[in-house]
Amino acid sequence: MIEPGGQQNWYMLTVVGQDRPGIVAALTQALYEGGCHLGEASMMRLGENFTVMMMVTGATENTLKELTAPVAERMQLRIHIDPIRARLHHHREPDVQINVYGADRTGIVAEVTGALAEAGMNIVDLNSDVAGTEEKPVYIMLIDGYASQGIAALERALASLKDKGVDVRLTPVETLVG
Amino acid sequence: MAVLDILTYPDERLKQTSLAVDVFDPELANLVADLEETMDVGPGSVGIAAPQVNIFKRIAIVDVTPMVERARAKKRRFRSSHNGRMVLINPELLEQDSEATGREGCLSVPDYTGNVIRAKRIVLQVKDIKGDVKTYHCEGFESCAVQHELDHLDGLLFLDRLVSARELFRRKAHLQG
Repeated sequence: MIEPGGQQNWYMLTVVGQDRPGIVAALTQALYEGGCHLGEASMMRLGENFTVMMMVTGATENTLKELTAPVAERMQLRIHIDPIRARLHHHREPDVQINVYGADRTGIVAEVTGALAEAGMNIVDLNSDVAGTEEKPVYIMLIDGYASQGIAALERALASLKDKGVDVRLTPVETLVG
Repeated sequence: MAVLDILTYPDERLKQTSLAVDVFDPELANLVADLEETMDVGPGSVGIAAPQVNIFKRIAIVDVTPMVERARAKKRRFRSSHNGRMVLINPELLEQDSEATGREGCLSVPDYTGNVIRAKRIVLQVKDIKGDVKTYHCEGFESCAVQHELDHLDGLLFLDRLVSARELFRRKAHLQG
């Protein structure tokens, strides 16, 4: 366990490789054996690749490289390590969710997130995908965010996108605490 | 009246099943009053269940009024029934249908919220503090809040019901497609 109140040096470990079984297991086993602790992480299969973004502490940057290099070699992964300023237990809860979908074309993400950023949106979590068929690809995006200038500002920003061929729906997130 | 201490996970006691109430006496009324007071001091809390305060009886309170009022103040549509303050003793789900996804947190699980899928509509039979039978119809947010509290009575947390962002994404995409 990570000592409460202690100062940790956190690193962000970024991993990309052709998807195959056992990547997470091999990587986390190596880190565990090296005495590392894991923090928040996001891991996902994207277009037949497996991707990992993971907070790690408990070792120096060089040790992390040494611990993960054999796994990278064995599983054909590219691993990148960055020192980061980070803390656990400081989640920012989203207060708005935005669904975007439309016939796939270039510029959808830039237009939508550009309008949202200008209206004070901080993205907490974004998932996007291309569905449909090769002939008729459909772009779908789900964003959880925090509206720093209020939700009405985001609604106004999104209204300006109505005639651009994307369907955008904003739903305030009412978190249930029980 | 007293504000009671909230058990927080990983306290194993949160995982135990609570027992039905069979005596409807002033002591029960006092306990319900304490639960209400404890819920009301919780930040933005819309419900509480007895096992959260180390009392393993099938008692819960749900009151979505703060959310209803907040939505009204912001002129926002709030997808929920509103039964006011519901005291749920020995609650039984009689009916449930359709699905609603929502974000949940819990007084017993600090600094975490996640997406959960629950029944959108429920019919619930409970006893009140006098032991009289009552029936509630709940929908949307209130329905989810009731199910969250009922889970506590069976030793379940919303952590048992989390759905991944990807799963939520698939469901939303499917609903729109």
